[in-house]
Amino acid sequence: MAAPEKKLSSEHAGRLNEPPVPSYTKEHKIPLSKKLRPYLILGPAFLLTVGILIPFGMAVIFSFTNYSFQYPSYNFVGLSNYLYIFQSASFWQSVKVTFMYAGLATLIETLLGIGIAMLLNRENLLARSLRIVLIFPLVIAPVIATLIWQLMTNNSVGILSKWLRMIGITEFKWAADPSSALFTVLIIDAWVFTPFVIILVLAGLRSLPKAPFESAMIDGGSAWFTFKNLTLPMIMPMLLIAILFRLMLSLQMFDIIFALTRGGPGDTLMTLPLTAYFEAFSYKELGASLPYMVILWVFVYVVSHYMVKYWTRTQRRASGK
Amino acid sequence: MKRNKIIEFFKDLALFLYALFALFPLVWLVIISFKHDRDMFTTTFIFNPTLENYKIIFSDGSFIGYFIDNLIVSSGAIALSVIVGVPAAYALARFNFKGRETIAFTFLSFRFAPEIFVVLPIFLIYQQIGLYDTYFGLIWVFQVLSLPLMIWILRGYFEDISVEMEHAARMDGYTWWQVFLKMIMPLIKPGLVASALLSLIFVWNNFTFSLLLAGQDVMTTTVAMVGYLSSDTVHYGQMAAAVLISALPIIILALAIQKHLVRGLSMGAVKG
Repeated sequence: MAAPEKKLSSEHAGRLNEPPVPSYTKEHKIPLSKKLRPYLILGPAFLLTVGILIPFGMAVIFSFTNYSFQYPSYNFVGLSNYLYIFQSASFWQSVKVTFMYAGLATLIETLLGIGIAMLLNRENLLARSLRIVLIFPLVIAPVIATLIWQLMTNNSVGILSKWLRMIGITEFKWAADPSSALFTVLIIDAWVFTPFVIILVLAGLRSLPKAPFESAMIDGGSAWFTFKNLTLPMIMPMLLIAILFRLMLSLQMFDIIFALTRGGPGDTLMTLPLTAYFEAFSYKELGASLPYMVILWVFVYVVSHYMVKYWTRTQRRASGK
Repeated sequence: MKRNKIIEFFKDLALFLYALFALFPLVWLVIISFKHDRDMFTTTFIFNPTLENYKIIFSDGSFIGYFIDNLIVSSGAIALSVIVGVPAAYALARFNFKGRETIAFTFLSFRFAPEIFVVLPIFLIYQQIGLYDTYFGLIWVFQVLSLPLMIWILRGYFEDISVEMEHAARMDGYTWWQVFLKMIMPLIKPGLVASALLSLIFVWNNFTFSLLLAGQDVMTTTVAMVGYLSSDTVHYGQMAAAVLISALPIIILALAIQKHLVRGLSMGAVKG
């Protein structure tokens, strides 16, 4: 979970995004106590969170064993858990579903989030009164949100199904049908998490300087031109934080899919976390379930690593360094 | 001019449609919470409203207990995150030291592991060391959820405060600690408030950890609410009432600090 230890010494820190602190940093002889100070200040936060590495390490170790909830003892089995899942079709299916889900959810929420944030960033009555109200869905726990949507889309008594019937659509089965199950979870995911993107993008929009936009207007730039060349690059750092957190958490999404369909119908929604869950709790094979998670963790780590790198670059560009 | 008005109209229309999508389920939730169980499966808006669901929730007293448990673990986790996160973000923004970016990324990486991945080993460890089903046990895992977001947002904030101001105050004879409390803290307050609220939402609603790391003694509202559905008869009305009551503190908090919320997030992270 932590970045590799050797990076600590080899990477020269602070090249990226240098803060304006010459007095602390550029002195030639820095006393040891001053050198240690940042580490001491970081210490408590680190000690408190680093404990999470113990369960993480244990989980990784168990992934090389045949640990099972059914038997008290276990043996190391080397890589066989990994080799086994690489050969199973269900693993590749879950990888596909996980990325499809995370990619589509992040894409929808980002586009919708930018659009709605821009619509909210106007000074009329509708926009002003909706600005705070629209984040309310974020306050509802995802698992509860799913239950609400389940009630609304219930085939016989759900209000949305009833409305669809009223306009003549009788055959739409929402989560019960493999062809619309993904669509349904994406709607719920978007319902809960688009507000997260909205607040961050709105925050970015509110802090934009006025001058460049006024001159763009005088020069007669089209709305699209202004958006592409001014607004988007300037809100990019904030937008990337939103995308990063959305991508990271939707790759790991468990609550919504579990509460809605338990991965069904069939294996349409069997993402990596769900597959691992069933492997661990239905088949009681913890050792066999953990490789799914280790691999998922690697995916999240790699994706986030590149996003953060890109973020630091964009951040420098946005602040004109 | 006329064209502009038409465009504005369509913008309002689009916003209105999204608001309908975002708010209708909440309206429906409010309606359900006033419905009798027998009316639950009729989709009409006309019915005899009842307060029974709310009465049931409050009468057996246990929901109030869950609510207080949730309050204790969530505010505990956020308080802990603030106490250790603010200095950490300060150090990451102010000092230039070996491994700075790596450490910043490591904090973020605490969120990479899927919850159900770490929850089983944590469960085993907690049972060994007696943290299972305790307030501190949950607070400790919850602050791992809230700290990364807080550090990453606040870091941008600290970077915006000019170091000259800090030096000037030091010259005037204030100790570093006084400068930090009297000058820096007020300046980062909007960012602190906003990031604390966002983290609070994540922690307040957490399901996986509360479900698996706590049981009888400490139970959060999210777990309790799902319980209303898992008993033999499905009580959507009671669940809806419970959801609304449990969402209320955060909604009130969000309304109270809405000025800070957007401004608070905007100042820091953009200019970084």
